Amino acid sequence: MDGRRRQRRAGDSIGSGGAPVVAVAGAAKTYPNRTRALSPVTFDVAAGEFVALLGPSGCGKTTLLRMAAGLTAPSEGALRWWGRARPPFDDPQRKLAMVFQSPTLMPWARVEANARLPLDLARIPRPQGDAAVRDALGVVGLADVAHRYPRELSGGMQMRVSIARALAVAPALLLMDEPFAALDEFTRHKLDDDLAALWRGRGLTVLFVTHSIQEAVYLATRVVVMAARPGHVVADIAIETPQPRTAAFRGSAEFAALCARISALTSGASLP
Amino acid sequence: MTRERLLRIAAPLLVAAVLLGAWQAIVAAYDVPSYLVPSPSRIARAMLEDRALLAASLGVTAGIALAALALAVAAGVAIALLFAQSRLIEASLLPYAIVLQVTPIVAIAPLIIIWVHDTRLALVLCATVVAIFPIISNTSLGLRSVDPGLADLFRMSRASRWQTLVRLRVPSALPYFFAGLRVASGLALIGAVVAEFVAGTGGQGAGLAYQILLAGIQLNVPRLFAALVLITLAGIVLYLVVSAIATRALAHWHESEVPRD
Repeated sequence: MDGRRRQRRAGDSIGSGGAPVVAVAGAAKTYPNRTRALSPVTFDVAAGEFVALLGPSGCGKTTLLRMAAGLTAPSEGALRWWGRARPPFDDPQRKLAMVFQSPTLMPWARVEANARLPLDLARIPRPQGDAAVRDALGVVGLADVAHRYPRELSGGMQMRVSIARALAVAPALLLMDEPFAALDEFTRHKLDDDLAALWRGRGLTVLFVTHSIQEAVYLATRVVVMAARPGHVVADIAIETPQPRTAAFRGSAEFAALCARISALTSGASLP
Repeated sequence: MTRERLLRIAAPLLVAAVLLGAWQAIVAAYDVPSYLVPSPSRIARAMLEDRALLAASLGVTAGIALAALALAVAAGVAIALLFAQSRLIEASLLPYAIVLQVTPIVAIAPLIIIWVHDTRLALVLCATVVAIFPIISNTSLGLRSVDPGLADLFRMSRASRWQTLVRLRVPSALPYFFAGLRVASGLALIGAVVAEFVAGTGGQGAGLAYQILLAGIQLNVPRLFAALVLITLAGIVLYLVVSAIATRALAHWHESEVPRD
């Protein structure tokens, strides 16, 4: 076990006294039917980090992400957000936003209304909300389809709408649950690059669930490797490669070595 | 108009023409008396000759069916919304909605007619009882069939109950509601006709069912057929109107109404 390594970044501007954005302390999940989804897990996500939760299906990574989103309560242990015991759902300075596996758009609403949804629900005044949505749609390159309906867009574009909806609230913590898993490789690489640029440009903190070793190594500053039955953390590996990373990184020996190392960890974990 | 649409209209019309032609020919060839099987032309003549009488009756029956459908929608949606408020309410009341559904209207209609003094209102209530169940069951199913991801998003956004209802559950329920409405529109008409049969009310407010009853007794079979044709036509028109409303409401987003190309 690699122990806890924290990426030292200067970006903890909105942290209170340097408390981690999310601190997971011994959190475990047993469902009422006695299924053990997750053994106690401990790790922190510091401001400005891009942490990938990597593992096979059934390793509890989505459960962990849902805990970090405040959607599921741990059955043991606790989570803290910016040092507080409750997720800051209504703190405008510390918004959480989540991007799901599927675009999860309202089919009856136009793209702009979909992206504005969290702002509408928070009763943000319309002009202010519209400006934030225009900005977010511009960032993901969808300004010209704002008046379309989701079904008129490709899968990749729908995913972008879902990212724009998350960005519109100006989140301090962005939670992503295998957001590009259903897309083809070309689209996924493009969206990975877009996401990396957003993270750098906006000083976001990202917790990103994936089952792709390559995607985790390419994007993350830290990879939390998990294994299944029951879900637990195998290793916590810092990826020190400087930003911005480019397609050349994907072809480098360093990239291959990191992937091989993580791959060995995951296959080793599944042995009896 | 595309070839495809032309085919969809022309082909059934051709079938109708062939069948009616054969009917006419057989009746003429075997000299079947019109009190047994009237020819299509004889039915058409009956429709023309009795048009004042039949039109008035059509108005009565269609009025009852429409009022019942409106009442079924209002009450059915209200009940579905109530069910959506809590599992406890739904679990307590759903069995009674099912009891209402499975009890034959012919069996309850006499009671309703005894209890409710105003005959027209009694008939409307009978037809409502027949039509309401698909509205209740489809709408409450729709209100529960919410994309779980969107439900999570609403929770994370601290949406109020009201916001979740209006912005998520009601729109999610619309396709289900319209599917229920289509079924209910047919049932409202059937309910109206059955209730009229049971009530057997004639005179000023006589509906098409009463005309059928009377024509049967008098062996005026052409008129019986004419009334039957009008009931069928009324049902088709009602269905088409409801479908057009559903298409208008859902065409821009729901798979069931998206035009194919």
